[in-house]
Amino acid sequence: MEKNGHATFLDEVASIPACDKINECIQCGVCSGSCTTAEHWEHPPRKVIAMVRAGMKDELLKSNSVWFCVSCYLCTARCPRDIKPANIMHGLESIALREGYKPPTSTTTMYRTFADSIVQYGRVYEFGMMFTYFLKTNPLAALRMLPMALSLLTHRRMPLTPKKVKGKDELNTILNKLASGGGR
Amino acid sequence: MRYYAYYPGCSMEATGAPVEESIKAIAKPLDIELLELEDWTCCGSSPFSGVNKVKAVGITARVLAQAEKTGLDLVTPCSSCYTILREADDLIKDDHKLAEKVREALYAVGLSYNGTVKVRHIIEVIYHDIGPDNLALKVVRPLTGLKVACYHGCQQVRPDYGLDDSELPDWIDSLAKSLGAEPVNFPLKARCCGSSLVISESDLALDLIHKLLQNALDNGAQCMISTTCPLCHTALDAYQMLVNSKFKAGFNMPIIAITQLIGIALGLDFKAAALGGNIISPKKLLDPYFKAKPLAAKVESVTS
Repeated sequence: MEKNGHATFLDEVASIPACDKINECIQCGVCSGSCTTAEHWEHPPRKVIAMVRAGMKDELLKSNSVWFCVSCYLCTARCPRDIKPANIMHGLESIALREGYKPPTSTTTMYRTFADSIVQYGRVYEFGMMFTYFLKTNPLAALRMLPMALSLLTHRRMPLTPKKVKGKDELNTILNKLASGGGR
Repeated sequence: MRYYAYYPGCSMEATGAPVEESIKAIAKPLDIELLELEDWTCCGSSPFSGVNKVKAVGITARVLAQAEKTGLDLVTPCSSCYTILREADDLIKDDHKLAEKVREALYAVGLSYNGTVKVRHIIEVIYHDIGPDNLALKVVRPLTGLKVACYHGCQQVRPDYGLDDSELPDWIDSLAKSLGAEPVNFPLKARCCGSSLVISESDLALDLIHKLLQNALDNGAQCMISTTCPLCHTALDAYQMLVNSKFKAGFNMPIIAITQLIGIALGLDFKAAALGGNIISPKKLLDPYFKAKPLAAKVESVTS
């Protein structure tokens, strides 16, 4: 890790599993041109990579960029340098969450709620996750979802109680072990 | 009979229930046995990677370690689980520092993973291990004349696994064709449905779903035949009503999972093919096929 702030942010990203090839980017722009949602990103994928390398951490992580990644992997399948842009976007999300950045999207809350559900139950409890998510963000937005949720309920696709999984304890032991190892 | 270790994934117990039911219904007639992993836990999906990648690989590794004990190929119908499982398997093999951390964490719960599991999508198993030709021999209710748009989605084909084409795949088209259906041209067949962002960025995801439905309709499809991914199926089937309200559109396009369509062609009735759980009901569209007298199957069972 160098003292130079630029190198630090880049090193931080490159140290995340599946993000280590970020330095091999040739800025060709295939990722931005392929991205399903690029028109919504304050800084599209190619620029995101350039900003990481330029050390523009605050500007990047305060923005909505990376949070619109839908994991469609078009960028990753097409990248001529095999740098796995989608994985880099998720890696950046994890830095933003850990360091308390507040980008203008509620996907941050959705991801946390999703992960909490896994920790609590061992499997994602879909109804509980949706309920908690809307409670934490915008309960009124849930109204829009209501007809659909009722429809899922009547088609027996939305169990109202979580499943009890014994493996939950093992899963938490694994998570605790990885946390104590400074896992990132 | 072929045996596989089976990992349904969390959504199959809720929003994906009809797809899951259809898979269970066709397993026996296809001479495959799916042995569900005992006491499985979540793979982590994309959101956990956005929270903490090392921990994400750790929880995925629990699934791989469980599967390794069976000595069988690990089959999943969920495209998100598929991508996450394959990626974790690769990372554990390639990233030695990560592998060591994961090894220690698994050791703490009496598990180990040695990288011997072959992770497979159920579409690959049906296409490759059974095959369209064998499937055609089992058809007793051909879906002749049914115009279908075959939706493969993203993570069944991407990142590139060197299996089906990652841009314009055609495995589901081939399977649908073997059942007698007529796949239409469908340029957006491997474009994204929005996945979990349909919850937090609904407008963005509804826009993507709208494009998929419109593309299928414009090309003359009467219904969409979807991959088994419960996220894709739910986005297109359940969220279709929200697309209609947002875009003041009148879509009423049944989204039939390929495993449901196989069930119909193999002679299962509406309920047994698990079509009752579909929100956009395919009843009217499929009625003529259900009313027709079934043919005799060309073979009793698929040869292995």
